[in-house]
Amino acid sequence: MKIQKIIPVKQSLNIRQIKNTEDCCSAGSLPTTACCTPGTTTTEKAPCCGPATEITGGVISDKVPGFIKWLDTPAGRVPQISTKLTVQDHFGACKARWAIGRMSYIVPPGLYAIGTPFADSPVLVTANYKMSYDLVRQEMAGRNLWLLVLETFGVNVWCAAGKSSFGTDELVSRINRTDLHNVVNHRQLILPILGAPGVSAHQTAKRTGFTVKYGTIRASDLPEYLDNGMHTTSSMREITFNTYERAILVPVEIVLTMKSIATFGFIIFIAAYLANSSTDALMAFLAYLGAVLTGVAVVPCLLPWIPGRSFAIKGMLAGLAWSSCLFYLGGGSSWNITTTTAALLALPAISAFYAMNFTGCTTYTSRSGVKKEMRLGIPAIGSALAAAFILLIIGRFT
Amino acid sequence: MKNLRYLKDVATLKLDQSICIGCGRCVEVCPHQVFTVESKKALFNDFQACMECGACAKNCPVDAITVDAGVGCASGMINEWLRERKLPGGGGCC
Repeated sequence: MKIQKIIPVKQSLNIRQIKNTEDCCSAGSLPTTACCTPGTTTTEKAPCCGPATEITGGVISDKVPGFIKWLDTPAGRVPQISTKLTVQDHFGACKARWAIGRMSYIVPPGLYAIGTPFADSPVLVTANYKMSYDLVRQEMAGRNLWLLVLETFGVNVWCAAGKSSFGTDELVSRINRTDLHNVVNHRQLILPILGAPGVSAHQTAKRTGFTVKYGTIRASDLPEYLDNGMHTTSSMREITFNTYERAILVPVEIVLTMKSIATFGFIIFIAAYLANSSTDALMAFLAYLGAVLTGVAVVPCLLPWIPGRSFAIKGMLAGLAWSSCLFYLGGGSSWNITTTTAALLALPAISAFYAMNFTGCTTYTSRSGVKKEMRLGIPAIGSALAAAFILLIIGRFT
Repeated sequence: MKNLRYLKDVATLKLDQSICIGCGRCVEVCPHQVFTVESKKALFNDFQACMECGACAKNCPVDAITVDAGVGCASGMINEWLRERKLPGGGGCC
C-alpha cells in the first residue's frame, strides 16, 4: 500500500485495528463507518471501520523524524527533513515488522521540505505511516522537493487507499490546509501508483486545480522516475510479490496469531492431557502449533512453489506435508487409526484456514476470489475439524 | 507477477468501451497491467490478473469501468458476513 520499497502490502487491512465496535462507532471517528451501520451502502465502500483508534499524526513540530531546520515559505514555515535514516529509524521499522508499536508508527501530516525546494520544485505525496515517510525521504537524497504527507492514521499508502483515508477528500483538504497553492507555482502532484484506489485524479483536479501524476509503485524507483522526465516505465507500474516481500510479512502475522495459538493450544493441551497423558498433550500441542505455522509462515514463503491457485488448497497441501513429517518423526506408527485419521483431517484444515487468511496480505488476490474460496473452504474446514473431533472421541472410548 | 496467479474468472471488473475516451488512466493506475489502449479505446490485456483494487474505476473520468472493490482478506470477510447477519463478533476490523 504506498510508495514503499518493501511492501507491507495489505497487511494493515489484516490487522485487528479495531478492538471492538465501540471504537469505530464512537463520536469523532472518521466517516468510514460502513461497519457501524449494517445495511447502509456508502459510495466509498469502506473495507472495515477505517482507523481503529483516534491515533493521529499530530501537528508538525521540530520533533518530526529527521528534522533539520525550518524553511520559510509564503505559506509559513515548513520543516526541512534529512534524507538519512538514523539507527533509531531502522530499529523502529524493525520493531514495526514485529507488530511492536506498529499502530502508532506515525508522523504528523502536512508539508515537508527535502533539500531546499523552490516554487517550481516537484511535490510528492505519501502516507503518514512512518515507514512510508522514511522510505520516500531516504530515496530523495540530494534532491530539492516538497513532500505532502496525508493523514492516513499511520497506515501505509495501499491499505489506506483501500479504506479511502489516503483518498480524494484528505488530499484536497491537505492541499488547502497547507496552502500548497501559495507554496508552489505549478499545479502538479506526484502520487504513488498504489494510492490510486483511494484517489480520484480527475476529482482532485476539479476541486483543487492540481493535476495528479501517478509516479511509481515503489519508492526505490522514484529517483529514476524523476531523472527521466517523470516517465513511468512498465516495470515501475508492475507490482511484485517476491520471496523477500512475502517473508517480511511473516513476523507480524505470527505475532497477530499468538493470541489464538495460546488460546486453542491451551485447550488442546488440557484436553489431550485429561484424555491421555502429558506426552500426548505435548504432542497434540506441537501438532497444532506446526499446523498453524505452516499456514502462517511456510505457505507465504513457499507460495509460488506450492501447487494450486487457491490459498485453501495450498494450505491444505502444506498441512498434509506437515502431517506426514509429524507422522514419521513423531512416532506415528504407534498411533491408532482414529488418531492418524483425525490428524490427517484436522492439521491440513488448520493450515488451510491460516493460509487462506494470508490472502489479505498479498498483492494479487481479488475480493471475489477470496469470497469464492471461502464459500467452499470454510464449510470444508469446519467439517474436517468436526470429523476429526468425533474420531478422537470415538478413539478414546473404543 | 507471472508466477503467481489467483483464481480464474472471478473478477467483477467491467469495462464499457462505448463510453471510453481512451485517456489511458486505467493503464496508468493498474498494478497488474489489466488494461491496454488501442485505437483510443481501452481493452483488456490481462483480465484474469485483476485483483479488484478499484484504482481504475476510481480514476476513470467517464465512469466506463466498474468493479466491486474492497477488502480481500478472509478474516475481514468473515467479519463482514457476521455484520450483515447482525451476529456478534462482526464488529472487528479485518
